[in-house]
Amino acid sequence: MNTFADRFSTSTAAGELRRAKALLEDDAEFSEASWGSEAGFGTLAKGVPTFSVPAVPSPSAFLRLHTDDHADPNCRIKIQHGTTTLAFRFKGGVIVAVDSRATAGSYIASGTVKKVIEINPYLLGTMAGGAADCQYWETYLGIHCRLHELRNRERISVSAASKYLSNLVYGYKGMGLSMGTMICGWDKTGPAIFYVDSDGTRLKGDLFSVGSGSTFAYGVLDQGYHWDLSDEEAQELGRRSIYAAGHRDAFSGNSCNLYHVKEDGWRFIGNYDISKLHYEGPGDVPGSAGKGYGYDIRVQSRNAVDVTAEA
Amino acid sequence: METSFAITGKGYVIVAADTTAARSIVKMKTDEDKIKALGPHLLMAYSGEPGDTVQFAEYVERNIRLYQIRHHYSLRPSAAASWVRRSLAESLRSRHPYSVNLLLGGYDEASDEPKLYWIDYLGTMTEVPFGAHGYGSYFALSLLDRCVKKYLVISGALICHSRYHNPDATLEEGIETLKRCIDEVAKRLIVSPSKYKVKIVDKDGVREIEL
Repeated sequence: MNTFADRFSTSTAAGELRRAKALLEDDAEFSEASWGSEAGFGTLAKGVPTFSVPAVPSPSAFLRLHTDDHADPNCRIKIQHGTTTLAFRFKGGVIVAVDSRATAGSYIASGTVKKVIEINPYLLGTMAGGAADCQYWETYLGIHCRLHELRNRERISVSAASKYLSNLVYGYKGMGLSMGTMICGWDKTGPAIFYVDSDGTRLKGDLFSVGSGSTFAYGVLDQGYHWDLSDEEAQELGRRSIYAAGHRDAFSGNSCNLYHVKEDGWRFIGNYDISKLHYEGPGDVPGSAGKGYGYDIRVQSRNAVDVTAEA
Repeated sequence: METSFAITGKGYVIVAADTTAARSIVKMKTDEDKIKALGPHLLMAYSGEPGDTVQFAEYVERNIRLYQIRHHYSLRPSAAASWVRRSLAESLRSRHPYSVNLLLGGYDEASDEPKLYWIDYLGTMTEVPFGAHGYGSYFALSLLDRCVKKYLVISGALICHSRYHNPDATLEEGIETLKRCIDEVAKRLIVSPSKYKVKIVDKDGVREIEL
């Protein structure tokens, strides 16, 4: 009877001990060591979750040995590299557009990759670099954004969410993480975009493009961009820019996924086949010019000359 | 490429840094502020390894602020520079050293003197009348050096041309000299930065100016 009472009582010494043990177990995933630099967090850095790294002298050399597909095409782990992603801020919110191709060397591994990661109804993350790294860490970020919400009874700001991610990846700097991402969303301050990469860089801005096709996307985007774009114009600009990258960059293509973030959260606008955009255009959607982006304008004038020459 | 300058004059330090954030060949951003105000009379321009720069600058910023909160006065520029140098030097022998180059400019209220410290990622620190980091330094330093030579030759006469560095130059002359540095870099460096952020620290504190 005594043991029975002990087990369920909350005031005895045994109860105290049990509670202490439970607390200790809860803390198991939090290591004493803080990750990398404490970067101004000082002693607060204790209690930050950490992950174990391979038990080798240099984790990054270990990773390189198993992932370098130029030196060894048979290596086990292949990392997805080529990509085009873009996001921009304008008066109507944020446009996020990405391609959907995954390549491993010269091989197209997939044409239907979701490169926009839906962190929560107000936050989107884009994926460039290592697919697994982006997917895992941005989902992980989602968990912590939800915890922030529960703890503070308030949605996390885009700035805070992106800083959480950048501090996290900075802790793994030099260990082979590879990601270039844009954290996009709407918070108290309005629409916001932050560029975060695995170097630990975090930049606030109005317009970003990341990936091997980013230069081609910038070419179209920079020329067409201004703050007072209408919703339709902005969506069309996002589509057109991803098309341009899909057309010129061998490592980008297949299709374009388009999202629009407004005050009430993000909305998926659509998936557009890049070949179809080339020949027929985006079809009957807002902002569409109703014709193909590429084929006619390249061929029409030549046809016209030929026709007159023959006549 | 990343470039920063700092020049002392009569009662002030001017600190300037380019505003581009680049990744490989792409300018990701052209209005990034790389000069932090660490206190009411202290400025720090930082450049170097992406990621490290901001993390280290924020670390310094908060520790200097903590000192201020604890002691109700802020560190003098020389003390702040020593602390920053020591932080860098300790990190150099750690597993992940910060690769950050710094220019620390401040106005010492106790001695009424402008102070400028040049610190590199290896933890080298030296007090200088003017300093620069990055590719721009290869062009600007010689330009700024010219006066010191002239200054020595004409010793005491102080007929220093405002075009080059002069420790007794007025603020206007200092800004003119800075403009010359920027123009020289723009003229000769292949991938020169297009925009600079310029901040001044003097007895009245820290302020930003447009060139």
